[in-house]
Amino acid sequence: MKTMTYGEAIREGMSIRMREDPNVLLFGEDVGAFGGCFGVSAGMFNEFGGKRVRDTPISEGAIIGMAVGAAATGLRPIAELMFIDFLTVGMDQLVNQAAKMRYMFGGKISMPMVVRLPAGAGVGAAAQHSQSLEAWVTHVPGLKVVYPSTPQDALGLMLSAIDDDNPVMFVEHKAMYAMKGEVTSFDPIPLGKGDIKHEGKDVTIIATGKMVHEALAAAKKLEGDGISAEVLDPRSLYPLDTDLIAQSLGKTHRAVIVTEENKRGGYGGEISATIGEQMFDLLDMPVVRLGALNSPVPFAPVLEQAYLPNAQDIILAVNQMQ
Amino acid sequence: MKFMMAELCGKVTGYCKGKGGSMHIADRDKGILGANGIVGAGHDIALGAGLSAQYRGTDQVCVCFFGDASTNQGTFHEALNMASIFKLPIVFVCENNHYGISMSSDRHMAIKDVADRGAAYGIPGIAVDGNDVLAINEAAVEAVARARKGQGPTLLECKTYRWRGHFEGDPGSYKPKEEQEAWLKKDPIPRFAAFLKENNILTEDDLAALDAQVKTELAEAILFADESPIPAPESVVQDIYSDIVEEVRVR
Ligand SMILES: Cc1ncc(C[n+]2csc(CCOP(=O)(O)OP(=O)(O)O)c2C)c(N)n1
Ligand SMILES: [Mg+2]
Repeated sequence: MKTMTYGEAIREGMSIRMREDPNVLLFGEDVGAFGGCFGVSAGMFNEFGGKRVRDTPISEGAIIGMAVGAAATGLRPIAELMFIDFLTVGMDQLVNQAAKMRYMFGGKISMPMVVRLPAGAGVGAAAQHSQSLEAWVTHVPGLKVVYPSTPQDALGLMLSAIDDDNPVMFVEHKAMYAMKGEVTSFDPIPLGKGDIKHEGKDVTIIATGKMVHEALAAAKKLEGDGISAEVLDPRSLYPLDTDLIAQSLGKTHRAVIVTEENKRGGYGGEISATIGEQMFDLLDMPVVRLGALNSPVPFAPVLEQAYLPNAQDIILAVNQMQ
Repeated sequence: MKFMMAELCGKVTGYCKGKGGSMHIADRDKGILGANGIVGAGHDIALGAGLSAQYRGTDQVCVCFFGDASTNQGTFHEALNMASIFKLPIVFVCENNHYGISMSSDRHMAIKDVADRGAAYGIPGIAVDGNDVLAINEAAVEAVARARKGQGPTLLECKTYRWRGHFEGDPGSYKPKEEQEAWLKKDPIPRFAAFLKENNILTEDDLAALDAQVKTELAEAILFADESPIPAPESVVQDIYSDIVEEVRVR
């Protein structure tokens, strides 16, 4: 067992595979000797050298495109975008190329690439450096999407993401990099396997990323009020662990979904629709969905806090369901 | 300065009502379309501003500022090409401080002068000493005149240096010490002050008064920002659209 931060766990996951497989390499802006804008790849340049931990110019289209071409020809690249917001610049390579190449080629090629996507608000980085854009990528057939909420999950999911023969979007919340946690397993966590972060019997709170921690805080508070909330973290957004959701709802019959995205069009809506379509009979009442306000991420701290969903919102939602 | 300071502090009196923050200072009324958080985005926006000036038949010129490392973004190349074929009134000003975060310009591009990139698009590319106020002025005046004459864009590269890290907390240890020291000696402010004195344009006293004035303005700006109110939480959903106001969550 080892205590690690979320950032260290991501680094450890990448490093484990890089030690084992010379075809795994990391590239992106300032990931080399500088160690990455958030320090996630610190030390990797020294361990693996500049050939395998490579600084690129500011060219997101080329960063993702280079991953596509490298994956198509036998490497297992990890591309880091400094912020998920810069996906916009590399979107063609991701959506029209990485996601579709295998299909368009009749299944005759695989695309083992990972794109690391630091997401999320709460650090005063404003509208172009704080977004939660996971729904953009979950919408695209051909992409898998994971979003770890703990160091353990970050490590295990990174291993699986690298091992996977498909493009995997690795969403990481920038405000969690320093968060510490116990890491007991150095084994891959299969994509598509959710996790119950807190057991309960009255209501299921399905949360992703940093919202898992808001949900846990809410569950703790609700416990004091005599309400037993279960916190379910899907960990993989696609593939989604619908079995686990059904299992939990079979017990609680109530669902609150909380994600940090703008609520309109967010992936929380997809989870909600999936429950509505497949698990309606398990429900005692309509699903409640929480997300950020439908605004760009504001700069001023007071506005950013108003924008973000939090434990208080979850508690309120749960109380209204009783 | 005070509206900028207020914006940096997330106050409602700031240029962007506290919504934009340090990366997005803008003032349309002054013709400033904003700093940008997306490296390379401004190059393309400049095209539209240039097109607009040309279309409306004004003598306005769009001046587009950007860094050395941003010229590796596809937008730079697309914008230069399009500005050139449409002969748009734009001056592309590259502030070459020799770094994009930790990556020095000799690592992020294989040529020495960003100015050379103009040739690929049929645009004059001029490299000047970016710490020489008068040299820049001269080159800029010429580029603006060219734009006004309908001769199209100019790429103006100003060679300078980034004294500090890229962001607060970045010690900038990737910058060689000797390089840093050599550039610190080329500080453009004392250099221009010396020029003004030598040519009897300003006296030592004038310069001291100017310094004091700047300090006062800065102190006033800080006070203004400190005393300004923070935005009302419900303003978070205003200014998204011209007509729709989104719902606020009730807590
Ligand atoms: C599309 C995009 N990619 C990356 C970044 C992160 N980033 C912000 S500034 C910067 C370096 C810019 O270097 P340069 O263009 O030389 O401007 P300077 O900061 O030196 O003035 C980087 C990589 C960003 N904001 N946007
Ligand atoms: Mg620069």
